[in-house]
Amino acid sequence: MLVPTRLVFALAALLCGTAAASAQDLAVKIGVLNDMSGLYADIGGEGSVAAAKLAVEDFNPAAHHMKVEVISGDHRNKPDIGANIARQWFDVDHVDVIVDVPTSSVALAVNEVTREKNKVFLGSGPASSDLTGPKCSPNSIQWTYDTWMLANGTGKAVVKTGGDTWFFLTADYAFGHALERDTSAVIVKNGGKVLGHVLAPLGTSDFSSFLLQAQASKAKIIGLANAGGDTVNAIKQGAEFGIAAGGQHFAGLLVFINDVEALGLKTAQGLVLTETWYWDMTDANRAFTKRWQIASSRPGKFPSMLPAGVYSSVIHYLKAVDALRSASDGKAVVAKMKEMPTDDPLFGKGYIRADGRKIHPAYLFEVKKPEESKYPGDDYKLRATIPADEAFRPLNEGHCPLVSG
Amino acid sequence: MATALDPAANMYGRKPGRSLAVAFAVMVALFAIGPFVTYPVFLMNALCFSLFACAFNLLIGYVGLASFGHALFFGWASYVTAFTAKSWGLSPELAIVAGMAAAAVLGVVVGSLAIRRQGIYFAMITLALSQMMYFFALQAKFTGGEDGIQGVPRGRLFGMFDLSDEMTMYAFVVVVVLAGFLLIYRIINSPFGEVLKAIRENEQRAVSLGYAVDRYKLVAFVLSATLSGLAGSLKALVFQLASLTDVHWTMSGDVLLMTLLGGLGTVFGPVVGAFVVVAMQTYLAPFGQWVLVIQGAVFVICVLAFRRGIVGEIARLLRVAL
Repeated sequence: MLVPTRLVFALAALLCGTAAASAQDLAVKIGVLNDMSGLYADIGGEGSVAAAKLAVEDFNPAAHHMKVEVISGDHRNKPDIGANIARQWFDVDHVDVIVDVPTSSVALAVNEVTREKNKVFLGSGPASSDLTGPKCSPNSIQWTYDTWMLANGTGKAVVKTGGDTWFFLTADYAFGHALERDTSAVIVKNGGKVLGHVLAPLGTSDFSSFLLQAQASKAKIIGLANAGGDTVNAIKQGAEFGIAAGGQHFAGLLVFINDVEALGLKTAQGLVLTETWYWDMTDANRAFTKRWQIASSRPGKFPSMLPAGVYSSVIHYLKAVDALRSASDGKAVVAKMKEMPTDDPLFGKGYIRADGRKIHPAYLFEVKKPEESKYPGDDYKLRATIPADEAFRPLNEGHCPLVSG
Repeated sequence: MATALDPAANMYGRKPGRSLAVAFAVMVALFAIGPFVTYPVFLMNALCFSLFACAFNLLIGYVGLASFGHALFFGWASYVTAFTAKSWGLSPELAIVAGMAAAAVLGVVVGSLAIRRQGIYFAMITLALSQMMYFFALQAKFTGGEDGIQGVPRGRLFGMFDLSDEMTMYAFVVVVVLAGFLLIYRIINSPFGEVLKAIRENEQRAVSLGYAVDRYKLVAFVLSATLSGLAGSLKALVFQLASLTDVHWTMSGDVLLMTLLGGLGTVFGPVVGAFVVVAMQTYLAPFGQWVLVIQGAVFVICVLAFRRGIVGEIARLLRVAL
């Protein structure tokens, strides 16, 4: 007799428990999709997953009667793998929102899948400004940065501070070409001159001939329209060729703090770059960095703007879902996110434009000299702040179908 | 006479027709219940690769030509299908035909150059030409470089069936893959296929018997390229995406692995191999780059322990032709 009674009690308790949970708690599933093992694993990877978890923790789902789960996946920088994971997450695993997704090609693929399945895509990682241009979608928001902002920020600021002649060292593929094209336009518009360019294959290990051409051009600024390992190699070899000693400067068009740390200040000093977030700018950023280092078990490392963007976007997303009390209709959630002003500890107050562009200020930094750096991670000095309304491409110039109507 | 000519029948002393028919029925039954058991997009992916591996097997298993450049046909067909479906608004069946035609033309060009050499030189020529076209795909405007062609519409098949529905698409993929599979079976069991096998076994003797060996090889190469193209075109529609992954040389390596793992020169081997490799790539994805290490280990084990491949070993144990 004893066993059945116990069983009944147990069952009853179980039923009550699940009933209570399902009646109130709104379940939300966040999928962090990025490069976990390749060349972008350092700037995002597990660090972005940790940032998403911190955002959930700070949002405090229990207080809002929500249940939030974070899962992650590795797209290995291949659009077909990324699209496949996204599809499976939406169809089988009931993921409501995909965040991060560095590598523009993968982001564009995820953008299409998300639109088709009417879910939400918060792009903290991708650079391509097409995501808020011709490819913009009512289901996507591009959060942290884009190519237009990088070109505009670095290009304009450098020309204004005297770097009026440029030579481009461009990675020979669509991303490099786009970055060079956008930056050249900015330089010419601001009265500078582009003296020439050289195309280097993606993943080149020997930049010597390209650097010699850059030196021979006598341009004041050598613009690096490339990313990741290519940027690091070009700068390293540039130091060996005495580029800086000869009075020329590098301008990195897509450089993250992780690249600077990898290069070391001795090599990277004087490099000018644009970012939208730097860990050492405010007390809130420093506090986040401390928690992030523990959460992602990366002691002594510093978060790039990507994990910060993930944190900020997840917080805002959860607020919008809470306001709607539903995560099922992706378009409605994004519309709500655009309607609500953004406010979080890392990016401060901002808003999201009709084309899906999150608007906040951008900062032009210069990498410090080794003797100026007082503690680990003290890498940048602020050269200029680009106000939020000038940092990103004007709404009417993007050719986004959502805006023209 | 026909039985006497068939080596499989000689080896095991029975007609191979029955075991093949049973295996085919099992395969069709599995394809029919598949989408109700697992995720249809995964199955469609595996089906596309099955066709690709079967087409590849036609060349390596029955003519003995090891091509290291088959990604070229697979990838370029997927680009052409994606481009014509998206930019020209072609219906899916016409876009697939366009993709196959492109693969056939490439097959004629690459094949007529490559078949002049044998063994490692043949492999190197195909690899070199496929890498050339890879870099062309990377630079060309219409392929979208490393962004690929995104958001390809699946469209309406013959203006009647809406392929954006997952199940309709699945049925379409199954029908096309089975048709391709049967066509390959028909080719290898035709008099033409017998000549191909003769070339594989002893090219000099085939020449001495008066066969224009080069012409046979070229036709087999173009057929294999065209069917690889069909697989690539299907994949472009399934994923609504054509990307550099499909033209990269690692794709040529993947299809080789699928064929070897399943069983070189068996009818069903490439299908089994494709499913095993795609399942590994899908379900081991959480291990990230380790997938490649695991794949490598599987390949080594396959070469060391069961050289005939999965289906080849099963066929040997059951003493039937599969």
